[in-house]
Amino acid sequence: MSRATTHSAEEAALREPWEDIARQRQAVEMGMWAFLASEILFFTGIFAGYTIYRSTYPEAFWVAGGHTSLFYGGTNTAILLVSSAAMGIVPSAARWPSLGSFARTMLWVAALLGIAFLVLKGFEYAEDFDEHLFPGPDFEIHERGAQLFFAFYWCVTAIHAIHLIIGIGLVARLAIAGARDPRWFSQTPAVQATALYWGLVDVIWTIVFVILYLPGRGS
Amino acid sequence: MTDAVLGDTLPHDVTTFDKGYLGDGHTLGSWLFTTDHKRIAILYAVTITIFFFIGGIAIALVRIELVTPAQDFVTADEYNRLFTLHGIVMVWFFLVPSIPTTFGNFLLPMMIGARDLAFPKLNLFSWYLTIIGGALTIYMLLAGGVDTGWTFYTPYSSIYSNSHVIAAAMAVFVAGFGTIATGVNFITTIHTMRAPGMTWFRLPLFVWAMYTVSVVIVLATPVLAMTLLLMTLERFFGVPIFNPNEGGDPLLFQHLFWFYSHPAVYIMILPAMGVVSEVIPCFARRRLFGYDFMVYALIAISVIGFFVWGHHMFVSGQSAYANLVFSFLSFIVAVPSAIKVFNWTATLYRGQITYESPMLYSFGFVGLFTIGGLTGLFLASIPIDIHATDTYFVIAHFHYVMVGGTVSAFFAALHFWWPKITGRMYPEAWARFAAILMFFGFNFTFFPQFIMGWAGMPRRYGSYPPEFQIYHVLSSAGAAVLAIAYLMPLAYLTWSLRWGRRAPDNPWRATGLEWQTSSPPPTHNFEKLPIVENEPYDYHPRGYVDQEHEAAGTAESPQKGGEQQ
Repeated sequence: MSRATTHSAEEAALREPWEDIARQRQAVEMGMWAFLASEILFFTGIFAGYTIYRSTYPEAFWVAGGHTSLFYGGTNTAILLVSSAAMGIVPSAARWPSLGSFARTMLWVAALLGIAFLVLKGFEYAEDFDEHLFPGPDFEIHERGAQLFFAFYWCVTAIHAIHLIIGIGLVARLAIAGARDPRWFSQTPAVQATALYWGLVDVIWTIVFVILYLPGRGS
Repeated sequence: MTDAVLGDTLPHDVTTFDKGYLGDGHTLGSWLFTTDHKRIAILYAVTITIFFFIGGIAIALVRIELVTPAQDFVTADEYNRLFTLHGIVMVWFFLVPSIPTTFGNFLLPMMIGARDLAFPKLNLFSWYLTIIGGALTIYMLLAGGVDTGWTFYTPYSSIYSNSHVIAAAMAVFVAGFGTIATGVNFITTIHTMRAPGMTWFRLPLFVWAMYTVSVVIVLATPVLAMTLLLMTLERFFGVPIFNPNEGGDPLLFQHLFWFYSHPAVYIMILPAMGVVSEVIPCFARRRLFGYDFMVYALIAISVIGFFVWGHHMFVSGQSAYANLVFSFLSFIVAVPSAIKVFNWTATLYRGQITYESPMLYSFGFVGLFTIGGLTGLFLASIPIDIHATDTYFVIAHFHYVMVGGTVSAFFAALHFWWPKITGRMYPEAWARFAAILMFFGFNFTFFPQFIMGWAGMPRRYGSYPPEFQIYHVLSSAGAAVLAIAYLMPLAYLTWSLRWGRRAPDNPWRATGLEWQTSSPPPTHNFEKLPIVENEPYDYHPRGYVDQEHEAAGTAESPQKGGEQQ
């Protein structure tokens, strides 16, 4: 590509108050990392609560963990990991004008996998309701502490799902805006920032999978 | 430039909002959709002023109730809702955002020589989040209020309370994300936008304070957000997170809550320390004593501040070992705070001190913060805390830090930078009177609370044994004085917008990049971006003063003694 094209692409991606795109990119990445640190502390609050209760009621958590659906949990984990692989290609691919449309396809792949995750999660929730796994008077498991496990199950997965919905929105926005203005897409730091956020949502899910779906499996 | 000349020849003209960033649009839209950090600072200032008076009215009603021992002015339930409203509004809608979102927003980019914050749209968005949170608070107030106390302790808040807990919790939740956005913005700005030559150890202490406070905001606030969210989910959906009937632990809520709310105290005080570190060197015409250690002290406070939350829970039944460790760490956090107090004091040594109102407010800060900090050591000591827990001693202690400290510093900042922000001088005599009145009003209100708290007067009661009445009457009378002292600046500062003398660019002959641009500053802050070549607080030559040279200098321009250059 010619220097002039690069230059105009940089101009399209440049925002107030920045004077050069490299600095802007650095700042957006840094800001995103700071926000991710904040998000990690957000989830740490609930994970800390889970850890304390699990050490108080190890058997109840073991029994309750066995009632979650390994099929849905496992499939969803696989889906999100694949979506992250697709997303992992995007920041590098987006920088090459010839790979721009490929990068946008990968964005859509990630977004659709995210939607697939939510659909499966919906089926899983429906099944959980049928099995009386929502804490309350007619709760399925009678062991003391099991309700706590499922309180965390519902809260953590719901809060994660909200993060995923926001992620899907950001990814779709990026893909649409990128198709409208491919020059902007090739330079904007929004690509890297969105990918970072998607990565966080995926990493959080991996932890959720381990602490909610794996207890109570095996001997 | 003809405009400026005209302005100076007509000091009493009505065209206040015609210059700099203030002249850049006069429509409502030019304010509500602005991305200029200076205008957003003004939006925040108006917002928190409104909330300051809402919180103030709530506590005024509480103080009226407390004049007599009987519960006769409001019912016990109304009393609970009043002090809760006071706490929620003052903590999350005044103190936490106070200095960072107003002076931080306005000054941070200028102090480091930048045109704006790193993310101007995010900055505006954070104000809208604050407004949404504020609107929820107003809704909560109009719907009937909350009676849990600002601490929202479970299981009362999550199961038993019949008040608008969810609205209040969501208000704090949303506003919390507003402050997180501000924190992210500040951190990024300070890392990536410093002017050439503005090295980390040339940053004004105010910028360092903004940096450390932003880190605390970004890392502590999300934990509160999650805690309140879990409490809300428990209340709304009945999922037992903290419910002891299902084996949940209410203490978990307290741990998570104080993991935020103790660092929140430092969110409130660190910016105040930043302000005072700017004001004292300026009016003492001295370099800030021990600049490096002032920086390290800020960092130490913000780090250790994360590990002392358990001292709010000495009587909660947490383990004796936890109490021991939290007590020890609470003593440790006093060390960097003391370093700061000593360094401010040492800055005054051999200074050419003048007593302009920002300096008076700063002196107020140092004295009151010291009393607040020292009584904090009483409370860090477990046996004394067991005696004083939930008494007015605690109330007095944290009001000395937050009101005596942070609010005094807020007013110091308001007067110090008012000429820069508005382009107008305020009436100095009135301001000095207000500063002194505020100091007396404050002590009048809160000192009796130390005594009655020590004597056993518990907090959060609308009725009390008659032997405490004298202290409550003193305290309520002091609150009236304090109210007048708070209303005075509102009056004379508003007056100065129209009739105040035009402010020069640098009325205090202060160092710092914000004083090198015009008053009020242009929309993009600087005509030409500055290059920094001087150390901070360069108020006099370093090392031994050349007597002969200084004498000559003084003779030449008697007004410039000890100034930079």
